[in-house]
Amino acid sequence: MTEMPLTGRARPDRAPHTLAEWKALGGYEAVERGLRELGPERVLDMVDDAALNGRGGAGFPAARKWRFMPKPGAAPGDGPSYFIVNGDEMEPGAFKDRILLEALPHQLIEGAILAAYATHCSEIVVLIRDAYRDAIRNVSRAIAEAEEAGYLGRNILGTGRDLKMWVHPSAGRYIVGEETALIEALEGKRAVPRKRPPFPAQSGLWGRPTTVNNVETVSCVGPIVANGPQWFQSLSRTAEGGTKVFAVSGRVHRPQVIEAPMGTTAGELIERAGGVSGNGRLRCFQPGGGASGFLEPDALDLPLDFGHVARAGSMFGTGTMIVLDETACPLGVIARHMAFYGRESCGWCTPCRDGLPWVAKIMADLEAGQARMEDLDVLQMTVEVAGPRGRSFCDLMGGAMSPLGTGLARFRDLFEAHVREGCCPIARDHGRAAA
Amino acid sequence: MSLSSELITAIEEARDHHGGPRAAMVESLRLIQMEHGWVCDAHLEEAAATLGVTTAEMEDVATFFSLIFRQPVGEKLILLCDGASCWLNGGEDVRDRVMERLGIGFGQTTPDGKYTLINICCVGGCDHAPAAVIGRDRKLVGPLSPDDLDALFGEDAR
Ligand SMILES: Cc1cc2nc3c(=O)[nH]c(=O)nc-3n(C[C@H](O)[C@H](O)[C@H](O)COP(=O)(O)O)c2cc1C
Ligand code: SF4
Ligand code: FES
Repeated sequence: MTEMPLTGRARPDRAPHTLAEWKALGGYEAVERGLRELGPERVLDMVDDAALNGRGGAGFPAARKWRFMPKPGAAPGDGPSYFIVNGDEMEPGAFKDRILLEALPHQLIEGAILAAYATHCSEIVVLIRDAYRDAIRNVSRAIAEAEEAGYLGRNILGTGRDLKMWVHPSAGRYIVGEETALIEALEGKRAVPRKRPPFPAQSGLWGRPTTVNNVETVSCVGPIVANGPQWFQSLSRTAEGGTKVFAVSGRVHRPQVIEAPMGTTAGELIERAGGVSGNGRLRCFQPGGGASGFLEPDALDLPLDFGHVARAGSMFGTGTMIVLDETACPLGVIARHMAFYGRESCGWCTPCRDGLPWVAKIMADLEAGQARMEDLDVLQMTVEVAGPRGRSFCDLMGGAMSPLGTGLARFRDLFEAHVREGCCPIARDHGRAAA
Repeated sequence: MSLSSELITAIEEARDHHGGPRAAMVESLRLIQMEHGWVCDAHLEEAAATLGVTTAEMEDVATFFSLIFRQPVGEKLILLCDGASCWLNGGEDVRDRVMERLGIGFGQTTPDGKYTLINICCVGGCDHAPAAVIGRDRKLVGPLSPDDLDALFGEDAR
């Protein structure tokens, strides 16, 4: 096995493998082994021992989530349990699930079969965002092939279990990626998040036990079962298992997806992405997508995993970095993020529905040099009221406050300069964002 | 104009396939859009009747999801990314040039009905920033340059 177990088998043009081609690369051996030899408990233990943390943003241990699912007969009432693969990927700066969906659909299906098996689910739904049409097509085709081959459908591999799998193409709105909103969307409702508890494992899709995992998380399961948890652990440089499908974009010369050991540093990733563009000197970066707090050059040697990045005051999130050189204004990035989160608010709770557009307006005013010093207090107050784990109904608002809050803390001078000088001093000196 | 019998069959299949009528609403709207570009009142009502849901239920989801269009869109759809990574790579210069060329802003359609321009969040193409997705099959294009918009308007752009 290469050191890129997730993306190593992708073709350069991202053309997906047929089932036969995938099997020739060792595909479906993990499924055969898991279902014929290991059994659900052992598969779950392997994922546990591998220390696989969810790759969708929060880093919750996959096996721990799976253990909340009821055993056969233990769920109240009749009906299936559901395993949902979250392929909504709309976080600013995130483009890592795309390659896994487009180029490696059979890897995803293998992982989903094993995960559904370990969590006693008989139906799998893959939700994919509207813009990923190749992904929708490739995953749908691969599912049909896997059904034909008996990996999905009735009595899979003679285990006596039935397993259905289908793709649900979505139709826009970032909030659909939040797992309870996603469940609402699948039920044919407006995608407004649900109150928790009950958690999806107790009452999810159509009131049935449900587990939601990210595309990358699910894609890790096949390789773990094929090669063992120790192997997966040993891929990582830290206590969190595996490689990570990182992505680097913004002000770098060669923005790209990079699969590298968990714990790889930001400095190494930026270098592999061709180095900082613009004036070549790093001002700051967001380590894990739009909702992660800013870090500065002193964090270049920080090993990137959920624990290390959280301790450094940010969030590992999706592991997809946005890089700013010295000629890029962090307020400009924050302004784009606030406009985005404000627009994507589902409208359910007041701090988010009303607060985010207000914040976005102030950011636009700052950029145009029309804000007042008092406006900065409004921004600060909003961060305090609605920041992470604050008074909003779901994490969309809290997430949005991370770049704003860390921006205010780290670049206070720059905020004030925008007010004092009546313009963006960086755009004045270097031109507006044009790279 | 009513829905074609092929579309009705496809909607019925979606209904019977997974999860029942409500779960098939978004898919039905998407199917209508693939063929007609947008969803008019008559089509929405017909799809609702085919699924056996109310028009209000159908409208409820149709108005929530941003990529279900309840107004006519142009022959060619341009969904231009306004995310941060695109901004960092000159996305707004591209935006300005596209608007100048079409004479319209975001959310508008050219008077000849040819182009509709919409801003969209990060399209997962930050490695091609500044990026856009175009057409009914959402082809990813980029990196775009204000001086060369062939990817949006050239021969190959669908
Ligand atoms: C506003 C919002 C958007 C989200 N979008 C996504 C998404 O697009 N993809 C994803 O996998 N998780 C997304 N999440 C996280 C999910 O709620 C959920 O935690 C995740 O899918 C669980 O998978 P994991 O445990 O494998 O990480 C989002 C969360 C929030 C609050
Ligand atoms: S924070 Fe509130 S309004 Fe914002 S997306 Fe979540 S539930 Fe909706
Ligand atoms: S920010 Fe434009 S494609 Fe990601």
